[in-house]
Amino acid sequence: MTQLIFLPILFQACIAVLLLFFFGKVKIQKIISIAGSALNLAVAGGVFYVVRLEGSMAVQAGNWQAPFGITFVADTLAVTMVLLTAIVGFAVSIFSAYTLSGNRIRFGYFPVFHFLMMGLCGSFLTGDLFNMYVWFEITIITSFVLLTLGNEKEQLEGAVKYFAMNMLASLIFLTALGILYGLTGTLNMADLSGKLMAIENRGLVNVCALFFFFGFGIKAALFPMYFWLPDSYHTPPTAVTAVFAGLLTKVAVYALIRVFSLVFIPEAFFNNLFLIVGAFTILSGGIGSLVQNNIRKVFSYLIICHIGYMIIGLGLFTQAALAGMMFYLIHDIIIKTNLFLMSGMIIKIKGSTDIRQLGDIYNDHPRIALLFAISLFSVIGIPPLSGFWPKISLIWGGIEKSDYLSVGFILFGSFITLMAVARIWSKVFWKSSTVTAPPNAPLFFDQLSKRRRFWILFPVGFLSVVTLYIGFGADNIHLIASRIAEDLINVDAYIELVLGK
Amino acid sequence: MELLLAITIGLLYASGVYMVLRRSMVKLIIGIILIGNGVNFLIFLLGRITKGSTPIISENSDTFLEAYADPVPQALILTAIVISFGLQAFAIVLIKRVYKVLNTDDIDRLSHTEDYDIL
Repeated sequence: MTQLIFLPILFQACIAVLLLFFFGKVKIQKIISIAGSALNLAVAGGVFYVVRLEGSMAVQAGNWQAPFGITFVADTLAVTMVLLTAIVGFAVSIFSAYTLSGNRIRFGYFPVFHFLMMGLCGSFLTGDLFNMYVWFEITIITSFVLLTLGNEKEQLEGAVKYFAMNMLASLIFLTALGILYGLTGTLNMADLSGKLMAIENRGLVNVCALFFFFGFGIKAALFPMYFWLPDSYHTPPTAVTAVFAGLLTKVAVYALIRVFSLVFIPEAFFNNLFLIVGAFTILSGGIGSLVQNNIRKVFSYLIICHIGYMIIGLGLFTQAALAGMMFYLIHDIIIKTNLFLMSGMIIKIKGSTDIRQLGDIYNDHPRIALLFAISLFSVIGIPPLSGFWPKISLIWGGIEKSDYLSVGFILFGSFITLMAVARIWSKVFWKSSTVTAPPNAPLFFDQLSKRRRFWILFPVGFLSVVTLYIGFGADNIHLIASRIAEDLINVDAYIELVLGK
Repeated sequence: MELLLAITIGLLYASGVYMVLRRSMVKLIIGIILIGNGVNFLIFLLGRITKGSTPIISENSDTFLEAYADPVPQALILTAIVISFGLQAFAIVLIKRVYKVLNTDDIDRLSHTEDYDIL
């Protein structure tokens, strides 16, 4: 029964390999990818349900007992992330099938996409730090391919920046692993948790923790290390950016959460570091989003801005704040993917990304504009929608710790997001547009067949429904988030599960 | 031996960081390769170097009688080498492509992404 937790990884690997057999055949690949993603949603949902019902599970690969073999752990945090990955994967797979040009698919877009999904599931489920490094490398190399596929000048430039920073981050991560192994002689996260506590040379442990912070911080686009993100995320096709925006920065946030709750017991220094970095991340991301004119760059900066919330939640480290952070993570993965899918739709409708030229969408497509409004209002956190609930928990966590500065930054971040979204709403949706009628290209939205229009809109609608559920079914999500927060504070259950004492 | 390795690691890291901070893309790659080698040495050194004793228990005893070489760091390094090999190969091809398209090796001149509009 516990073998079940390998399923999400294995299933994605099988789809990817199956797709390789049909290399170059566009139509079959589309069908396999969409069907596979839909099935994968069921698989991930099943694993999530079983773990919620029967509690966390751990598997030792090859039956080598815990500190020696590689462990896979499915606790609530991991399976929640796997389920979110499956949801995003399903939406993006449909969106890619109907918006990408045949050439990109012919050169292996779908197999690489599913390998990326596999890497993400692996990094969520593993309980071993070196194994996590390997899964990270899988996600990185597949994301390089997705980023450069198509070979346009700007894509290549964006890829150089993306590649340089991410590879450096991996090397820093690996350095940290080396030091950690030298200190403790183990890389199993549960085993490390106890062994690191016993080490007397705290200086070395903290240096090692700092390495982890910088390694994951670059990937998560935290304050001084985020410059690669807005310079590369808007260059590939929208479908690719949507996956990156939803999942790739969040996997680093997940790693930060895991490492700084389980492996390194939070100390005052790191809590303060997270609070400061989180505040600056909100500030710089928010201000960046206000001055950009490219709609995808505005959204890129919003990603950075909202990463700050989660880092502040991690820094506060109270039950309420961690629950808020997890809730925010769940909300953010869905909403950021949807924002980028929306930007893709806007490009399809108007043929431009420059908000100075865009406009008239509300006038021409009122129903689509309404659909977009759901997500845009959720990002801000208008009360019944999903962005509102996690902020309450986060602010409550800040008040509990009487850290009013962080509370101020959280409120300020919401305010800036409101301004950025209001700017987009008035300039892209309300203002009359200056773009001349789109050229007679076959890929423009108005010229597409009704069926194709429906399927391009479907993923956006699907994710909007998920967002609405997160907002209106907030008590269910909050239950999961609080459960995860409890697990993060009391790590004994996790350690017991893995080491089997 | 430890001291020699430690100095080598320091040199590799230092020269790697220096190269990464240059403006040329080729030097960026060289820098990353140098740091990568430094990391591998670091794992090797921190896994404790033991000379000439394999981690094999002799027939007539149940446990190790003397200090033995830890095989785990070597497995880690092997994995890391393979991964970084793949990444570096990709990176070199990428940079060759970028050079062909843009006709420059200077990172400061990679500023086309500023006003980019994909359709």
